[in-house]
Amino acid sequence: MSSLVTVRDLGFKSGPREILSHIDLTIEPGELVSLIGPNGAGKTTLIRAILGLIKPDSGSVTRSPGLSIGYMPQRLVIAPTLPLPVHRFLALGGRVSQAECRQALEEVGAEDIWGTQVSQVSGGEFQRMLLARALLRKPELLVLDEPVQAVDVGGQTELYALIGSLKDSHGCSVLMVSHDLHLVMSATDRVICINGHLCCAGHPEDVSRDPSYLNLFGERAENVALYHHHHDHHHGLDGRVLDGQAENSDSGSGHHHG
Amino acid sequence: MDEFLIRAVAAGIGVAVVAGPLGAFVVWRRMAFFGDTLAHSALLGIAIGLLAGFNLTIGVFAACIGVALALAGIRGRGAIAGDTMLGIISHGTLALGLVAVAFAGSAGLNLLAYLFGDILAVTAIDLIWIYGVGAIALAGLAIIWRPLLAITVHEDLAAAEGAPVKTINLTFMLVMALVVAAAMKVVGILLVAALLIIPAAAARQFARTPEQMAVIAALIGGLSVVAGLGGSLSLDTPAGPSIVVAALFGFILSLLAPNFGASKQR
Repeated sequence: MSSLVTVRDLGFKSGPREILSHIDLTIEPGELVSLIGPNGAGKTTLIRAILGLIKPDSGSVTRSPGLSIGYMPQRLVIAPTLPLPVHRFLALGGRVSQAECRQALEEVGAEDIWGTQVSQVSGGEFQRMLLARALLRKPELLVLDEPVQAVDVGGQTELYALIGSLKDSHGCSVLMVSHDLHLVMSATDRVICINGHLCCAGHPEDVSRDPSYLNLFGERAENVALYHHHHDHHHGLDGRVLDGQAENSDSGSGHHHG
Repeated sequence: MDEFLIRAVAAGIGVAVVAGPLGAFVVWRRMAFFGDTLAHSALLGIAIGLLAGFNLTIGVFAACIGVALALAGIRGRGAIAGDTMLGIISHGTLALGLVAVAFAGSAGLNLLAYLFGDILAVTAIDLIWIYGVGAIALAGLAIIWRPLLAITVHEDLAAAEGAPVKTINLTFMLVMALVVAAAMKVVGILLVAALLIIPAAAARQFARTPEQMAVIAALIGGLSVVAGLGGSLSLDTPAGPSIVVAALFGFILSLLAPNFGASKQR
């Protein structure tokens, strides 16, 4: 089977500022890919390019023909001036029946909020509601931008478990943006770490030991790492690699920039 | 009842019925200032109509649609913030319109009638305009209702789900231009935006779905027209502003009403 999404040498600029450069990635059927990186690393921009909401300045994004994507955006604030029950929110995405909406809400374990106003549901319920709307697309690929945002730690673990089980029951792939590698580690097939450019990619254990990952996430990351390489470059405040300041590198780390 | 009064009530209710649902979207999308800008541009349309010598109603529609298209084109572009740009176009077209009307030097033109409306002078032809345009606007709004609501909630999510965001937004702006041009007859250029937002804001308290809010806004708007015209006749006050004052009372009453909808904030 061919890849669902193929990103080749993608670059995106906002004015003179380079948000993303030389990003390559693929998403294979049935795979759970976690996209991690610090704030401002361009994670949401990359997601928007994959969804086709923005055109890259260079490189390409190819989606397999007819690919159905369920998208869960980040930080959705619904105007309190808009009276909107949860079931109506679910039906906004397309032509779906009441029964389908109810089933989707049951699947995410939030059937209680069916008639509740969107402005009154809790953080965790809100994220489940978004997930239900994404499921209504009958997705082959779920794209989740920070799905556990505004959810307490216990709820975060539950949500990640839910996402994992939905992936299995629907047989879909998942591309998930996350801040925290720890929580997603067990369920993730592949981690892609970006900071404007592609820092490292691979199995979660490998990434957690990768010097560029350690450099990005610092102390916190080192707690889970088994050993530590020296990083072979520095990042500027905008995430660009400052090659001129590269310190003595461990050439075995396999992390080079062209 | 006098014939002019029947026409006035019919015109006012015709406008209120369309302004309700449209005003709900204006409130949800925070476009009150945008409505004001469209209305102000109408005076420029009148001036151009006077100078070029064609039908003033057509001039108003043309100016509103032109400004709506221009605003759609410059939306979110450049170094000038959106509200600044709206302010420039809003007051720029109003001032330009006032100057141009004076320049046209038409002695028979009653400027106040355009600024504050002249609902008691509505003619049978005006009524046909209002109801024709109102029907088109309502039909247009009904057709784009679901995707427009989806875009209002979250533009990226709607776009990712395949909603034609640009087409829908443009259609919405054109519908708004039509309604503003029609509503101008009733409450005038300076108070058109009030007829859009006040009934819709008053309806929020009583609504649990978007459609309820749209219908209740139309009802409150219609009641405001009747109450305003009644007050205007008995107290001998200007009709357009009296209608807006009635709507304002409606809004204040809605704040005192028990909370039907779930507008409570956590």
